[in-house]
Amino acid sequence: MAYLQKSPWLIHYDASSCNGCDIEILACLTPMYDVERFGIINTGNPKHADIFVVTGSVNERNKYVIKNIYDQMPDPKVVVAVGVCATSGGVFRECYNVSGGVDMIIPVDVYVPGCAARPESIIDGIVKALGILEEKRTAAVMGVTREQPAPAAPAEKPAGGA
Amino acid sequence: MGKQITVPFGPQHPVLPEPIHLDLVLEDETVVDAIPSIGYVHRGLEKLVEKREYPEYIYVAERICGICSYIHSNTYAECIEQIMHIEIPERAQYLRTIWSEYSRLHSHLLWLGLFADGMGFESVFMNAWRLREHILDDMEATTGGRVIQGVCKVGGVRKDIAPEKLDEMLKGLKNLEHELHDLTDVFLNDASVIHRLKGAGVLKTEDAYYLGAVGPTARGSGVPIDIRQTGYAAYGKINFKPVVESSGDSYARCAVRAKELYTSIDIIEQCIKKIPEGPVDVKVTGAPDGEFFARAEQPRGEVVHYIKGNGKKNLVRHRVRTPTFTNIPPLVTLLKGCQLADVPIVVLSIDPCIGCAER
Repeated sequence: MAYLQKSPWLIHYDASSCNGCDIEILACLTPMYDVERFGIINTGNPKHADIFVVTGSVNERNKYVIKNIYDQMPDPKVVVAVGVCATSGGVFRECYNVSGGVDMIIPVDVYVPGCAARPESIIDGIVKALGILEEKRTAAVMGVTREQPAPAAPAEKPAGGA
Repeated sequence: MGKQITVPFGPQHPVLPEPIHLDLVLEDETVVDAIPSIGYVHRGLEKLVEKREYPEYIYVAERICGICSYIHSNTYAECIEQIMHIEIPERAQYLRTIWSEYSRLHSHLLWLGLFADGMGFESVFMNAWRLREHILDDMEATTGGRVIQGVCKVGGVRKDIAPEKLDEMLKGLKNLEHELHDLTDVFLNDASVIHRLKGAGVLKTEDAYYLGAVGPTARGSGVPIDIRQTGYAAYGKINFKPVVESSGDSYARCAVRAKELYTSIDIIEQCIKKIPEGPVDVKVTGAPDGEFFARAEQPRGEVVHYIKGNGKKNLVRHRVRTPTFTNIPPLVTLLKGCQLADVPIVVLSIDPCIGCAER
């Protein structure tokens, strides 16, 4: 991955994280780690984003939000699940309002371990995601459809609005 | 007067690192009502006490929130210790106080950064978070974790700090204090910050009192409540005064937090000078039988942990009342009458921590 076609922008959504991973993601953007020097910007708009960074686990209320953000992002896109909660539910796995990892709703490309995930491992995860993003982009240009990992259960919109 | 329209704010919004949803009812540009709806990050961790034994549940209690993590574990441990009549060593109490104040420093710097970012003051955001890394380095060196420490346990603390490290921390804080003056000077004296914050979202003293505001939100409105003054951990042996401002607007809440940075540094310095030698934990046997309310001052205000045990390893009930939850009614009052463009500033000014509030 020596060359990137464009500056990858990311969007971050806190599914039901404790904030630990969220503040570490923000710490990646600040002078100590400074991923902005690589052109990575944390944007608030899904339509501008290439990388979807999710922290925390899925529940009945937010799964529609996660799906909605994912659907609004333009192709090609990659999903990074940060922290054990986003991977499997983590320490909260047995809680009544935790359904499980983010891969129940959307296909996940990179899993970052840790509770809370350290900035170094988050950056490592994002760099891996950049490689996958480039692969997907090249594949799209060449007209090859890459096989998507299928989510376990489709999200349905709850009856009571957003 | 225009016709009323409703604008949704959140759950995914650029100024919010966390999801909260507000329905803002507007007349032209003025907010006339705000209807909060929460539940995006509810996990239901209080019920986990039935599945985890009380000494290991402290790790779950710590993960109520990743910002105030240490103070949650501290309050939980104190609750259990009070029920079981455990007297923890004095050195452990001092260490708990030091780490509590370190978490406050990291939380306030984090908030000042996010607040500056909310105002569009990108360089100050970066600078605040740069200084915060010094705090996190010391946290990591002494506890092993940056944001989730796992250092507090029922019956004391898990790690001791060597005297050389304490001296090093003291020197580090002196340097930090010097650098902090440049940072807080922006929040307290910069003309554009004052212009932006003065008069935005005013909470009157009596409203703050009756709506149950806590922490810097209450102190910014002239209500001098600071649970640290009840003297839990080693706070009873430390001299400090709560920072109180009277104007009740976003500027006052910001000033309270900026000035509290120095109070925290002062408390840590006093602790390091006074800390006695000795063990840092006692052996805990048996299980809690009874109930207790423990209160502590988090960076965002008063937190209450309630625990009920019946003599078994698993607790019967754990209930947490977090500062952000009590600060939501004052927030709704604050938002009424402010401009739509000021909403992000006003929401941030109570330092919302949704992870805590919904658990």
